[in-house]
Amino acid sequence: MKFAIAVFSPGHAPSSRRALLFAQAALAGGHEIVRLFFYQDGVHSASGNIVTPQDEFDVPAHWRAFVTEHALDAVVCIAAALRRGVLNEEEAARYQRNAVNLPAPWDLSGLGQLHEAAQTADRLVCFGGD
Amino acid sequence: MAKSLLIISRQAPWAGPSAREALDIALAGGAFDLPLGMLFLDDGVFQLAPGQQPGQVQQKNLAANLQALPMFGVEELFAAGSSLQERGLPADSLSLPVKVLDDAALAALIERFDQVVTL
Repeated sequence: MKFAIAVFSPGHAPSSRRALLFAQAALAGGHEIVRLFFYQDGVHSASGNIVTPQDEFDVPAHWRAFVTEHALDAVVCIAAALRRGVLNEEEAARYQRNAVNLPAPWDLSGLGQLHEAAQTADRLVCFGGD
Repeated sequence: MAKSLLIISRQAPWAGPSAREALDIALAGGAFDLPLGMLFLDDGVFQLAPGQQPGQVQQKNLAANLQALPMFGVEELFAAGSSLQERGLPADSLSLPVKVLDDAALAALIERFDQVVTL
């Protein structure tokens, strides 16, 4: 089955961790992920600036490793990211901000990517709230 | 055929960016001519209250953007009757032409759409 997965919560929310485990289980079960889409506070799940205490599960780091390992299409909504200070190099330069916290493997793009993914996938699965 | 998407908006317009971000999903999908519906549920029905003055709390007016939904091809607009009732909003006072649904009709609505996003 083809899944599109949308994440609406930051890395410290249990729902972001559940989304990660769901995505890992989907691939392990032989399914396909057509796209991961990070929206609302979900953009923080992609931030490279999160520092997790050493004895805790580092959700953003696991997201990053998971996306990289499987070369997944992982899109962070640009409008949601800008208003929350999650910027790649290009946007940081455009708005003259000091911090870049969205390195590869993420793509910054628009909401059209969510709709396209939903159209392509058999199932759209959303993770938000706590 | 394109899959239909129901966007369920559950947050008041003054409660952070959720209401606007739900609307943005609808407007973006409308631009692609996708079959979309929007349901205002729980505190989301406050988005439909008439005579709001969002400037008083340093917010932009969401109502103008909501009015654009039919122009973007999003004509299936719904509100939960029980949510309106709980919050004392009369169905005939709303700022958008929504169809008011009882709880049984809500379940049927969600069942009718291929996909659902709740914000």
